[in-house]
Amino acid sequence: MFVNQFLFLGAILFCIGVYGVVARKNAVLMLMSIEIILNSVNINLLTFALRNGSTDGHVFALYIIAVAAAEVGVGLGLVLLVYRNKKTISIDDLSEMRG
Amino acid sequence: MSLLASESEILAPLASGWFLEHAWLIPVIPAIAFALIILIGKRLPMKGSELGVLSMISSLVLAAGAGYQWIQRTNSATEDQFVEPVIKSWSWWRSGGFDFGIGQHIDGLSILVLIVVAFISTLVQIYSLEYLRGDRRYTHFFAALTLFSGGMLAMVLADNMMLFLLGWEIMGLCSFMLIGHWWEEDANSRAALKAFFTVRTGDVGLLVGISMLYFSANDWTQEHLGVSGFSIRGISAWALSGAPNSTVITIAAVALFIACIGKSGQFPLHTWLPDAMAGPTPVSSLLHSSTMVVAGVYLVARLYPVFFVGLNILGSGGNLIVIIGGITIVISAALAFVQNDIKRVLAYSTVSQLGYMMLGLGAGAWLPAVFHIFTHAFFKACLFLGAGSISHSASHHSFDMKRDMGGLRKVMPITFTTWIISTLALCGVFPFSGFFSKDEIIDNVGHNGYNLFMIIGLIGAFMTAAYMTRATYLTFFGEPRGASAGHADHGDTHNSHDADASHDAHDVEQSHGPHESGLLITIPLIILSVLALSSGFLNATPFGESWERMKLWVEPRSVEVVEETHLGGPGESLIINLPSAEEVHSKSVCGSAQPETGICYAPQLNHAPFKWLKAMMSMAIVFLGIAISWILSTLLFTKRAPRLVGLTQRVKILGFGHKLLVNKYYLDVLYEKVIVRSIAYPVARAAYWFNQNILDGILHAIANSTRKISGWVYKNVDQLVVDGTVNNSATLTKSLGTAAQPTQSGKVSQYAALLFSAAAVAALVLVIINT
Repeated sequence: MFVNQFLFLGAILFCIGVYGVVARKNAVLMLMSIEIILNSVNINLLTFALRNGSTDGHVFALYIIAVAAAEVGVGLGLVLLVYRNKKTISIDDLSEMRG
Repeated sequence: MSLLASESEILAPLASGWFLEHAWLIPVIPAIAFALIILIGKRLPMKGSELGVLSMISSLVLAAGAGYQWIQRTNSATEDQFVEPVIKSWSWWRSGGFDFGIGQHIDGLSILVLIVVAFISTLVQIYSLEYLRGDRRYTHFFAALTLFSGGMLAMVLADNMMLFLLGWEIMGLCSFMLIGHWWEEDANSRAALKAFFTVRTGDVGLLVGISMLYFSANDWTQEHLGVSGFSIRGISAWALSGAPNSTVITIAAVALFIACIGKSGQFPLHTWLPDAMAGPTPVSSLLHSSTMVVAGVYLVARLYPVFFVGLNILGSGGNLIVIIGGITIVISAALAFVQNDIKRVLAYSTVSQLGYMMLGLGAGAWLPAVFHIFTHAFFKACLFLGAGSISHSASHHSFDMKRDMGGLRKVMPITFTTWIISTLALCGVFPFSGFFSKDEIIDNVGHNGYNLFMIIGLIGAFMTAAYMTRATYLTFFGEPRGASAGHADHGDTHNSHDADASHDAHDVEQSHGPHESGLLITIPLIILSVLALSSGFLNATPFGESWERMKLWVEPRSVEVVEETHLGGPGESLIINLPSAEEVHSKSVCGSAQPETGICYAPQLNHAPFKWLKAMMSMAIVFLGIAISWILSTLLFTKRAPRLVGLTQRVKILGFGHKLLVNKYYLDVLYEKVIVRSIAYPVARAAYWFNQNILDGILHAIANSTRKISGWVYKNVDQLVVDGTVNNSATLTKSLGTAAQPTQSGKVSQYAALLFSAAAVAALVLVIINT
């Protein structure tokens, strides 16, 4: 099996996700990037699960999908509240936590 | 007694059938219906009542089918063969070595009660369609009513004591809900609580009895029958095997009987039953005829071997059950004389009739007592529904006979006729059904050597006839009074008022004066009265052996059964061997001695030969009661004879008796004021004293010493060591924070970049370490 190809795909997706999180200013796009990161992790888990012939990785992947769904729900809720209060979802405008 | 395989004949298997095998469906249907009514009832066109009625009808059909197949089964057996009950058992749950089963135990007794319960429930539900129309908790009423019947049905066909207990408690809960159906009135919710707590008091006995039986019977039943010590079949066989310790089984029987006292309203825990009249009349009817109160009697009949052996029935001149039953008959019948509320008269009459059933069971008259459950259900349900019909259509929701009834026989001909038939049945007049059961009880009690209690039974019959005549006279004869005379008194709020507020819809039609009730009410009345008239012929002992159908179908045959388990565990096909021919005709040893080779399931009981002379004598007593009561009622209530009116005020002894009866022997006072207070108050006072003196003292001492120690600690440890450390670390943190401040830019992207680069570095380190 071409494990490498799956792992490359996972790595590339991970990098794209990281880039998105770091570089994007739009909060929604950041959340989407986080989803990409989570899915790249899923791909890794499934790849190794297939290679080792165990189902543990599949189970974990399912868990991650469920957790990601919940996390997106919370994240979008936050974004919605931020928009209501500030009329913007640009991350740069949210620097109240500056030390 | 040698029992070689060659001597014993191998019998053909008993007939069975779909209905018998699937009798467990009978309580399942109402249980499902209950859930459906609760969930979707309010959205249905008839507010969920149709589900209740349908479920009861289907249970009735199943029960009737099972009854038919049971009759076939008994017919397929030879005359002296033990008719094996149809038992099915599944494991319900296991816990710590205990195996709690769930299943059905179908024999003549359970079939009989199943049919009665399903039948009365069906009629009561149909009646309620009309009686509770427009009620504000209509759906919930039908839900609780359905579950109530379901609980009783489950209890009746339970194959083990755990399921029995479940059904028993479901009924307790539902009776609470139904009695307190109109809980807005304080009296109703109090009555519901009283019923619940009084019955619970007895229930402790049930738990104790079940546990005792389990722990003492389990080894024997596992060894001989392969069933657990909860199994009713196992317990019955164990009780008759001669194995049980006589002290243990006596205490267990007494504990179980305490539960029956609570549930079946026996003296001294009968006080809840008359108060339970606070519920809607259909509830009273169901509660008093077939479900709930019969449960206690059923428990005794079901586990009869335990009581038979434990209380030495047939072996002595008196035991706990007959004494309690006898007391109950007389005291409750006496109470019925001073009641003005028609439903309360009927309630005390139920208590008294339950006393008869207990008396019969206690004196070894098993079949007559069980038969009395059967006949009593019909005529008592009919009487209660009749009382409901009067209050619904004639007396403006009042149950007060003296104030709001009288002369109703002309305006309510159907109610009147059915009432008279049921009253005659209750009094035990030939050929109404009560005669065949009640007279048999009294007769057999005397036959088994309980002469004193036979006389009590006859006194009870006299009193029954008298108080029922009084109630009939007050209700249907004489001049109309109060509401039934058309004086619709809308403002009154006396105690016997049946939910004035919730019947607003009817008040308009009520002002037309008394009239006959609608078809939904009269049809159940007619059906029940026909049965009150005819059901006695199912076991008409006066007409000879061929009329005693119940004896053939219901009474378990007392035969020693030898079972050889055939390959495989329990529940596999059994070959039942009969003792050889000469032994069949000898009297069974069951109950009187230890069975030598087989297993007994039912004790050998005697049946009194019927004598017309005895029947005539009890008939004469009944008619005497009717006549005396009729004359007195006429004099007292219509002619108002000066010598009788106010007699209780003038003669001191009579006045004392009257006061005692009106106050219900002061039992309520005893329970609520004396017992509850004497236990609750000293406990509270002792707890207060303990709290003030001991607990507080300890607390104060601890507090003082703590203060001294803490003063020292404050000066030396806190100020110097702790504060010093804290201050120094704070200074350190402050300087570190200032140094790290630039990283806290507040920019999320920057945080993310730091996070990921840290992760990358960590990953790199990991890779390096691993390679």
